[in-house]
Amino acid sequence: MTIRLAAETPWYDLFSRGARDWLRHNEKVRDAVKDTLPELLANSDLMTGPSSRTVAVPVKFLEHSRLRLSDASVNQGAGQGRGEPGDVLQPGREEGDQPGQQGGTGEGEIRFVVELKVEEIVDWLWEELKLPELKPKRTATIDQAEYIREGWDKRGARSRLDRRRTMKEAVKRHAIQGNGTSIVAEEPISLVNDDLRFRQLVKRPTPATSAAVIFALDVSGSMDEAQRRLAKQFFFFALQGIRRQYAKVETVFLAHAAQAWEFDESQFFQASSSGGTVTSSVARLALDVMGTRYDPGRYNVYFFYASDGENAAEDRDEARGTLAEIAQQVNYSGYCETGGVATFRPRDTQLAEIFTELKGGGLAVGTSHIASQDDVWKAIREFFTQQSQSE
Amino acid sequence: MSELEEYAQQIESLAQRLGLDYYPVDFEMAPASLMTEIAVYGLPVRMPHWSFGVRYIHQLVRQSMGHSKIFEVMFPGDPCRAFLMDTNSTAENALVTAHVLGHADFSKNNQLFARFHAMAGGNIVETAAAHAHRIQLAIEAHGVERVESVLDAALALEAHIDVGGELHRARYPEFIAKTPAAVPNAFQNRFQQLPGAEERAAPQTGLVRAPVPPHPEYDLLWFIATYAPELEQWERDIFLMVRAESFYFYPVFACQIMNEGWASYWHARLLREADFLPQPLYLSALKAHSDVVRPFASGRETALAINPYHLGFTIWERIVEKHGIERAREVRRDEDDFGFVRNWLDEELAAEAGLFVYETRPGDEIRVATKDINAIREAILAPKFNFGSPRVAAAELKHDGSLSLAHDHASDGRGLDVSRAKRVLDYVHRVWRRPVRLATVNERSEAVELAA
Repeated sequence: MTIRLAAETPWYDLFSRGARDWLRHNEKVRDAVKDTLPELLANSDLMTGPSSRTVAVPVKFLEHSRLRLSDASVNQGAGQGRGEPGDVLQPGREEGDQPGQQGGTGEGEIRFVVELKVEEIVDWLWEELKLPELKPKRTATIDQAEYIREGWDKRGARSRLDRRRTMKEAVKRHAIQGNGTSIVAEEPISLVNDDLRFRQLVKRPTPATSAAVIFALDVSGSMDEAQRRLAKQFFFFALQGIRRQYAKVETVFLAHAAQAWEFDESQFFQASSSGGTVTSSVARLALDVMGTRYDPGRYNVYFFYASDGENAAEDRDEARGTLAEIAQQVNYSGYCETGGVATFRPRDTQLAEIFTELKGGGLAVGTSHIASQDDVWKAIREFFTQQSQSE
Repeated sequence: MSELEEYAQQIESLAQRLGLDYYPVDFEMAPASLMTEIAVYGLPVRMPHWSFGVRYIHQLVRQSMGHSKIFEVMFPGDPCRAFLMDTNSTAENALVTAHVLGHADFSKNNQLFARFHAMAGGNIVETAAAHAHRIQLAIEAHGVERVESVLDAALALEAHIDVGGELHRARYPEFIAKTPAAVPNAFQNRFQQLPGAEERAAPQTGLVRAPVPPHPEYDLLWFIATYAPELEQWERDIFLMVRAESFYFYPVFACQIMNEGWASYWHARLLREADFLPQPLYLSALKAHSDVVRPFASGRETALAINPYHLGFTIWERIVEKHGIERAREVRRDEDDFGFVRNWLDEELAAEAGLFVYETRPGDEIRVATKDINAIREAILAPKFNFGSPRVAAAELKHDGSLSLAHDHASDGRGLDVSRAKRVLDYVHRVWRRPVRLATVNERSEAVELAA
């Protein structure tokens, strides 16, 4: 009998079969997780962060099912040790105890966390929804000049000396000049002016690649928590879509009731007010922001507005005027009406009427109604399809 | 020559003197990582499937919590292949060597193992590695998703083989002789014989197409591989590969108590009689032995599970003590765990070992239910019936290619776990590609039919 000791790297060390199957399992979990993504994403504070952020999703292991008998009301098993019939080996749970608190569930449930990159998820969603790419607004885009590196020259500013290139030239020259022996020459290579190489810069016009997104939200008393959540989801995916397109995206968060204020993201969705609804206030503020910070001539500006549609009657003309002004300047303005009672509405709300009218006037305007989670996707799809069609 | 090798050789010649009879054993030192994988896959190289990945992580967690320590794994065959853990002490590995020889003797002589050996040959390690390789080729040819959906179904039905049947089976006969219609009743019988009645036409004989399956077929893996209407050849192969491995696993499963007990009996005896072992080494080996065969975790007085090493060891010691080693060898040849526990675990032994039956009631209260010997035997054996699975048979293959499965709920005592059964049915449907139905009963014993 011999006992073998593997001399070299044995076959089983070449790779781990267990780890291979574990990775495959994780891949499948990832796919499964993707189905529940929209809900997961919109519930976290991810909007303004850099897009390389990740979401951590707690998941259970996938189960490979086998045929099994249903649980009996009384389970029997064989045990061993001290004990007479009737002895209690483990007391039952008291009412209200968490099941398995004492770690009594045998195997113990292991949970783990899947990390997903937001960017990856959005790419995947876009593919899944077959959404078109956005078009930057051509007419309003100023071509910005930019210097980019291109080629080398023998003359140039000292600061643009390319040392690596220069050394290469020197080595080449030595190799040619030396009579075949200098390849192994020990002496340091000397440089002459001819060896110097300088990087060249060329001026290139580039289209503007920055966008500004203005989110306006009606936070008056009539917008409840659920409606705001839907608005948030819509905003989130709209923003992600715009982020895919532009190198630099800046966001502005405006909320209004009778008055309008600017918020940062963390407070935006918490803001609420009991006042009436005056849409023109937020439209004015948006115009103000565009005027001072995000000139629509230099930025691709997107304006999204979410509201339950009810606006003060006396504000009607004012609102139409200001919203029209916005719509003329921005790449696209989207109106998203929230609320679950759409089917009972006898007529369009005031704001829906205004936006429909603007749309009829040939402006890049979209309206959508979001009553439930599924509508968010419809709205997003509609927005991106329309936007890519409008010139 | 290493110290261990020297001892191993001496232990082996002692084993032969004591009459152990086995195919040669090929020992190999392996690192903990391989031992973990073997514990998960059951074989050193086995087909890839994501479900093994889940078990792998569970095993790693258990090991890191100290709940599971692997000493040895041994694959019966000719030669037997045994892996020793390279981090175990020399004493532990000397014990393991002796233990493995016990397994080797068992697997050569036990009828269930011998039967598998005769049907499949003694090279399961190589066979399984070849299966893994073929599946890898299939993945390259057809993509991982397709292969996975076949494996999802095949591995879910892993235990559904006919353990008493043949590994290599022919298809059902396509035609059967038509049996003449039985004469309906006594009156007709009499009437036929009355004079003047027309001469009765000779009963039609000849061949008719046989129904498929001709009887409820419990070998589901074989049935699907053979009769699924739209399986491609490589997909059938995968079913048959999984089935071949199941045939290998069955004796290991069905003789676990006997086999571990027998190996424990022999490692204890070999070490006891191994006068060549230095005293300290013998003592640490003995310590390892008592760790393996103790009934409960240290510091406990009861266990809600039976340690097969302990139970088997106790029974074998009793048999040898009362009936002699020759009788024990016959028992080792003839029985499996069912016969072993029912015939040889008696009241006296059960009382000495403190065996009992416990019940878990809703609310997780656990009570000792009874110490009746028959109840104890059945509680030990219950998880082993039918390869540990519900009895589900292929009942009918219809003309449209749809498959009806039937659960024998009467003999299982209750219905199937419906949500799991539904998922298994989905797996099967994905490869059967025609409607698949499964009849069972729900918790109120009403017939239900699942469909996919």
